[in-house]
Amino acid sequence: MTNHWIDIRNSDCILVMGSNAAENHPVSFKWVTKAMEKGATLISVDPRFTRTSSKADIYAPLRSGTDIAFLGGMMNYILANKKYFEPYLANYTNASFIVGDKYSFSDGLFSGFDPKKKKYDKSQWAFARDSKGVPKRDLSLKHPRCVFQLMKKHYQRYTPEKVSAVTGTPVKDLLRVYQAYAASGARDKTGTIMYAMGWTQHTVGVQTIRMMAMIQLALGNIGRPGGGVNALRGESNVQGSTDHCLLFHIWPGYLGTPRASLASLAAYNAKNTPKSADPLSANWWQNKPKYMASFLKAMFGDKATKANDFGYAWMPKLDNGVAYSWLDLFDQMYKGTIKGFFAWGQNPACSGANSNKTRQAMAKLDWLVNVNIFDNETCEFWRGPGMDPKKVPTEVFFLPCATSIEKEGSITNSGRWMQWRYRAVPPLKGVKPDGDIMVELFNKIRALYAKGGKFPEPILNLRWDYAAGGKFDAHAVAKLVNGYFERDTTVKGKKFKKGQLVPSFAYLKADGSTSSGNWLYCQSYTDSGNKAARRGTKDPTGMGLYPEWSWCWPVNRRILYNRAAVDLQGQPWSANKNILKWTGGKWVGDVPDGGWPPMAVNPAKTKRPFIMKPDGVGSVFGPGRADGPLPEHYEPLEGPVAKNLFSGQLSNPVAAVYTTPADPVFTCNQRFPIVGTTYRVTEHWQTGVLTRWQPWLLECEPQQFVEMSLELAKLKGISNGDKCIVSSGRGQVEAVAIVTGRFKPMKVQGVTVHQVGLPWCFGWVHPVDGGDSANLLTPAAGDPNTRIPETKAFMVNVVKKGGA
Amino acid sequence: MAGKFFFIDTTKCTACRGCQVACQEWNKLPATPTKQRGTHQNPPTWNGVTYRVVRFAEHPSPINSMVWYFFTDACRHCLNPPCKQEADEMVKGAIVVDKNGAVIYTEKTKKLAKDLKMIQDACPWSVPQLDQRTGRLAKCHMCTDRVSAGLLPACVKACPTGALNFGDEPAIKKLAQERLAAAKKRFGQAQILDAGDVRALYLVTAEESMYSQTA
Repeated sequence: MTNHWIDIRNSDCILVMGSNAAENHPVSFKWVTKAMEKGATLISVDPRFTRTSSKADIYAPLRSGTDIAFLGGMMNYILANKKYFEPYLANYTNASFIVGDKYSFSDGLFSGFDPKKKKYDKSQWAFARDSKGVPKRDLSLKHPRCVFQLMKKHYQRYTPEKVSAVTGTPVKDLLRVYQAYAASGARDKTGTIMYAMGWTQHTVGVQTIRMMAMIQLALGNIGRPGGGVNALRGESNVQGSTDHCLLFHIWPGYLGTPRASLASLAAYNAKNTPKSADPLSANWWQNKPKYMASFLKAMFGDKATKANDFGYAWMPKLDNGVAYSWLDLFDQMYKGTIKGFFAWGQNPACSGANSNKTRQAMAKLDWLVNVNIFDNETCEFWRGPGMDPKKVPTEVFFLPCATSIEKEGSITNSGRWMQWRYRAVPPLKGVKPDGDIMVELFNKIRALYAKGGKFPEPILNLRWDYAAGGKFDAHAVAKLVNGYFERDTTVKGKKFKKGQLVPSFAYLKADGSTSSGNWLYCQSYTDSGNKAARRGTKDPTGMGLYPEWSWCWPVNRRILYNRAAVDLQGQPWSANKNILKWTGGKWVGDVPDGGWPPMAVNPAKTKRPFIMKPDGVGSVFGPGRADGPLPEHYEPLEGPVAKNLFSGQLSNPVAAVYTTPADPVFTCNQRFPIVGTTYRVTEHWQTGVLTRWQPWLLECEPQQFVEMSLELAKLKGISNGDKCIVSSGRGQVEAVAIVTGRFKPMKVQGVTVHQVGLPWCFGWVHPVDGGDSANLLTPAAGDPNTRIPETKAFMVNVVKKGGA
Repeated sequence: MAGKFFFIDTTKCTACRGCQVACQEWNKLPATPTKQRGTHQNPPTWNGVTYRVVRFAEHPSPINSMVWYFFTDACRHCLNPPCKQEADEMVKGAIVVDKNGAVIYTEKTKKLAKDLKMIQDACPWSVPQLDQRTGRLAKCHMCTDRVSAGLLPACVKACPTGALNFGDEPAIKKLAQERLAAAKKRFGQAQILDAGDVRALYLVTAEESMYSQTA
């Protein structure tokens, strides 16, 4: 989230799309409800009428996987009807930038496409620059090659009628949504988006989020209370795990993982540190070398020296051009390349796309370790449906671990708050916290490497002082995540002793004098204490920022890009949305995104507000993505139509596609004529590993179900409560029919399209008659930027069990 | 009269069922074995170990194509409870009203087990149930143990949206009137059910029968 949960109450219009907040983030509705009490409009856009839709002022259905078409139409409406917030768009975004001559767009393809490699040459999308290298701008937004004009041309194609023919949303519903949401472009209004996996899990997931970010920038909603782009995280600590590099392509703090071709830290820094010739751009990432050196010092301590590149060579690198995402790992596992696997706190047999492929992949392993609280389908895969235990060579170990309330540590919520949690009760006998398991494991590994082995340096030189008496010490880890001064040093005129905690990332250095396990968290645990444990309830702005409750990255800034919440004089765009104000020569309110004076107050010393972007402005034009600088509608990899109404390019030309025999794709195929989607229910969490063993929750949602329209049920001879078989090209699931008016057939390209949906919270291990995961149906195809799987739009068939 | 009141604002209920589960947890009630029957409402209704159940009811609607009503249903704690009147004729003191106005089924309701049907019939909503484990009649007791210790009922404590509220009569009635006025602006047909007869005041936006799927 650029904003945070409480801030939803400050919104005038809440769009819930690509998520089902009432069901999957129930507590968020505390704040949605508060906003509505003050008159906010709630909009729900979803293929299915949900518990969220039931509370909405406006509900609009859409076909799964057509969100960009829907939002492209909204952008067209905003631009054509001049609903955008012009001073914001002109000054704080790249709408005024002139795009270079090489950029073009034709029939669904951007310039620079290499059809053989299925890859774009992104350099063709670069901005035109002056002799100093500063991007050329036209603040009047009239230049025919400026982003604003190119965007206008691009989205003119997204007329309500065409959008409706693609999305299946009736035109009148589209216009109701567009009008209501575009009204948040008024100076004294803000609108917010609450999205989740309904947007991300597509082959066009990243571009969907970008499309909404562009709309938010056009309406002047970023950086402001009640605005922002807000991802609702599906687990309490997803934000934290992402910040601390759960994913393969980043190190902690979003430092890109080095590629093997970058042989030295200097080469890495030269390649990965953005440059800007624009004196108005803070270009905060120019500090990356400081964060890299400090991270390496956190990894290797005294062993990391300037002479050895701070141990850069000891860190694992990614081969050039190779992806190592979840989909790639399981693809390789399926092909037999990967021999061992730790499934730690997860249940891939049910959670990953294309569960049959995942389960077959695990049968190729020599060993599998499952660390979990309860038995689950991953641990038991070798004796699951379709498996012959005698033929599965994999040796499976199960390590029971402590629950969250049996250990101390922090979690970081969607609003980027790092909150400390205490241990409430000791773990059960024989059960260990994850940290203790890691400490014990690593101590054994290190002892083995001490006797010899290939490339022992990373193991032997690792800084490893997190354990006191063999027990994991969460405070020791949190302190190193913050970072230490590694020697007596002076920074910004202040003297620090070796061993002192670094007060904030502004004090980190590239010379090895500081360490920080994650620069973004530098300031969270300082000499003044563990800020994540703070529980102060003061609210000086009255806008719900609560700056002394826990701690929030970066540097306790509660709303990201908050200097865009003020005009060029540093005054709030409107008095009712005041979280930050320039007064008496200083900023008052939230921690500003850089302390520079406002743009019109001191043009010589000012910086633009979007400090993490190389040009200091929000990117309505995004030349860094794998699939184009402007979002474009493409059909899902598996869809019900043979034609894309917007271009000759049916699906995303650069989507991540896998080609094993377990990865068949059936587009527009009569065997699988129904659009399928998956979701969660309030009562079960993720694959249900924690909740299916909870009798009260199982009582509420006891068995796998498939929701379908009255019309489809009639067509298929299915009655409410009938057992059905739902199948795709990859697998099948037994499910009980919920026949409901909350799903409706829709007209797509003049043809009736049916949709069904089912949850992925069930698994065969428990309960015995609960059914199995909906991911048996989903395809392992991914977004080209993130390689997240397309589990929200695919093709299925449904028949009554035992029927014809 | 005074005492304690519930105010249930169904316009704020998202059917998260936190109340249903919190009730079971606080009262240490076992789960009922259920099946998926083609609805999200489960267990189907009250039973001897289920005091509170969230009802789901969906109907076609001209505005957003559908409405989906949710109703967290439990004993309304009548001001003049007919179940008590009925019981008093058979076993005096089996059903009592505590100082907060909670209608409580005591140990003595064991003697009423055979008369369950009559007690149920006396209740406009057929709330009373037989707990097979104890042989007692059972239902919501307004968390009499928690409330007498100054705590909120478990269901109210668990509610994330403010749909469930609990407190002294003046505060709750004031809140109910405020919310009714607000709801009337958004939904023409808003009303409070049975105000003046019960201690569980429900704000609804359609006829009560629309909140039950069987209707």
